[in-house]
Amino acid sequence: MCLAIPAQIKAIEGLMAEVEMGGVRRTVSLALTPEAQVGDYVIVHTGFAISVLNEEEAQESLRLFAEIAALEDAGEEGER
Amino acid sequence: MAERSRTVLLAHGSGGQLSHELVQEVFLRHFRNPVLASLDDAATLTLPGTRLAFTTDSYVISPLFFPGGDIGKLAVCGTVNDLAVSGARPLYLSAGFILEEGLPLETLERVVASMAETARAAGVEVVAGDTKVVDHGSADGLFINTAGIGLVPEDLCLTPQNLRPGDVLLVSGTIGDHGMAVMMQREGLAFQSALVSDCAPLNGLIQGVLSACGSAVRCMRDPTRGGLATTLNEWAQAAGVGIEAEEAAIPVREEVRAACEFLGLDPLYVANEGKVLVAVAPEAAERALAALRAHPLGREAAHIGRVTEEHPRRVVLRTPFGARRVVEMLAGAQLPRIC
Amino acid sequence: MKYVDEFRDPAAAQRLLDRIARRSTRPVQFMEFCGGHTHAILRFGLRQMLPPTVRLRSGPGCPVCVTSAADLDRAIALAHVPGVILATFGDMVRVPGSHGSLQEAKAQGADVRIVYSPLDALDLARRHPERPVVFLGVGFETTAPAVAATLLQAEAEGVPNFYVLSVHKLTPPAMRAILDAGEVHLDGILGPGHVTTVIGARAWRFLPEEYGVGCAVAGFEPLDLLQAIAALVEMAEDGRAEVANAYGRSVREEGNPTAQEVMGRVFTVAEADWRGFGAIPASGLALRPAFAHRDAAQAFPVEVAPAPEPKGCRCGEVLRGVLEPPECPLFRRACTPQTPVGPCMVSAEGACAAYYQYGQG
Repeated sequence: MCLAIPAQIKAIEGLMAEVEMGGVRRTVSLALTPEAQVGDYVIVHTGFAISVLNEEEAQESLRLFAEIAALEDAGEEGER
Repeated sequence: MAERSRTVLLAHGSGGQLSHELVQEVFLRHFRNPVLASLDDAATLTLPGTRLAFTTDSYVISPLFFPGGDIGKLAVCGTVNDLAVSGARPLYLSAGFILEEGLPLETLERVVASMAETARAAGVEVVAGDTKVVDHGSADGLFINTAGIGLVPEDLCLTPQNLRPGDVLLVSGTIGDHGMAVMMQREGLAFQSALVSDCAPLNGLIQGVLSACGSAVRCMRDPTRGGLATTLNEWAQAAGVGIEAEEAAIPVREEVRAACEFLGLDPLYVANEGKVLVAVAPEAAERALAALRAHPLGREAAHIGRVTEEHPRRVVLRTPFGARRVVEMLAGAQLPRIC
Repeated sequence: MKYVDEFRDPAAAQRLLDRIARRSTRPVQFMEFCGGHTHAILRFGLRQMLPPTVRLRSGPGCPVCVTSAADLDRAIALAHVPGVILATFGDMVRVPGSHGSLQEAKAQGADVRIVYSPLDALDLARRHPERPVVFLGVGFETTAPAVAATLLQAEAEGVPNFYVLSVHKLTPPAMRAILDAGEVHLDGILGPGHVTTVIGARAWRFLPEEYGVGCAVAGFEPLDLLQAIAALVEMAEDGRAEVANAYGRSVREEGNPTAQEVMGRVFTVAEADWRGFGAIPASGLALRPAFAHRDAAQAFPVEVAPAPEPKGCRCGEVLRGVLEPPECPLFRRACTPQTPVGPCMVSAEGACAAYYQYGQG
């Protein structure tokens, strides 16, 4: 129950937004995320934005992955 | 116990498992002969002093016009390509039209003009034809059947039965373009993109590979309905060999990837109308790849896999994570999903 | 593709796997509740890459699979009502009811249309004012708000011929049913990332608090899943049970209040029939009385005979996590994607279809 993808809002007219991912565009409804702005990334499911993607949290996750990678690499070095 | 359908389903035409079963259980059962049974893209017929390739296809695509082409262009390319992948030089086509009453003549003219232009570009002539008109509602505007013949060089025999472990698999370019370009136009989907169908006659491209590699080419096929995955499975099953493909090596346009992500589809199963899959002996692989890339239609050609003696009759994909998964033939039609 | 590719980086995935392998000392079993997770895990081959101490079982998170045969039969019967256009997500079209699927109904002349969004169904209703358009509302809390919003739009615009047949279901009750049944031992649960985007991470607090089972809410890219699995392993090793949000870029503690409000305005909680579980109280969504005029079940009453489960079908056990697809005697024999016996094989997200399609080489 889950197929939803992150797409960027390019334009908004009322509660409808034009979003784009990987060069593919579609009009989606912002009825469930009326606070979304042009430039925001939203998670799109069946033609509706269901959340506004939190870019800070995304970056935080990626930082965490990098940290884990470094720790695991260091661990490997230590074992040699 | 699940019942097999007793009526024709749309999925019987999707090029996947059900289509194959229909061929086996109905057509092959009645039209019994070894030429047909080989299920190659074209029948190679030996006549005194000559070998001919002969093929037929019908085109029922809707919408009639789509970015990058139309039903007419598709009809000519489809038949030219079926001949070309059999190693033939395509020569002559027939074109039968089934027209729906009420179809604007201007539409018919656009389609026919497109066919003529495509035929000229491919170097073939439409030399026989037929027209029928059916009641309004009995056809989706316009259906086309084409048959084609071409000449096959005496020493050339391209068939999946040639496949040997170690053979290299090349694809001439990005996959999924045609199917996604057309799907974007479907009613109820309303996506926009710059995607265009890759519909093109491949005889020039294929001639280049054959000239460079000759009998080192084992077989070729254009992965149309059912996509690359279905074609790889057809080969694995026909030859009784295993096939291993590298997911990261298969070229896919970003827009095709994105459109597939939106709809939950897999590019491996999406139709192509301007791409060819080439199996070649390992010592000729570099030459074949260079020959493909030297042609405008093959600039993005890539080495995507190989034939193996492991897991016979199965196609295994190596994911970018190094995991392996079996790729089956398409079951029915791929449908957009939300789950 | 931004926010997709970065979360598919193979090198980072390998490091997360190293961490999991390093931390995991005792055998644990986690349920991946969401069909989207089953699909993603198999597509990226993650199961093969996890250490043997970490086992994943799939659960009833496929809304298509848990739609009862009777509900599907009702949809098919509606599709056969003269003049009706039945609009549905593609997922439902091949699922077998008692006497065939929606796809087969279409082959017999029913007007069944596949749509990507309920808004496309509303558009059909606008364009065909003389024909009733019935939208088959399948899905959990991820989808129900979208359907609710569409129905409200139909009301606002005055499009009378748009109807909904709701077979929407709620996920926490199903989770409780599995834990209460005690048929499968679980050391943790991979929480459905998009359902939780709507209902909020706090909706899963009952798992550690009432059942002592940890939950890591996961997104759908490989790194999301591995991060969530790593969190569950750490919890199990440390003897902790809590709710971890491993999909912070989409999931908030409180979820999406607007979506919850819209859903609540249109739907009320009701008992629902789950394939594989039977009736679960307060687990489904029905249209509120104020919208009775849009309820397809009321507007077009149809006769539906009680539907026996297909002989030998063990979808129920697969959905409850008791049986893995390859353990079902029908798997790959009588039951294949071409000849599916039960919904787990038909739905693209069904565990059986995913195992079949992405089988290990």
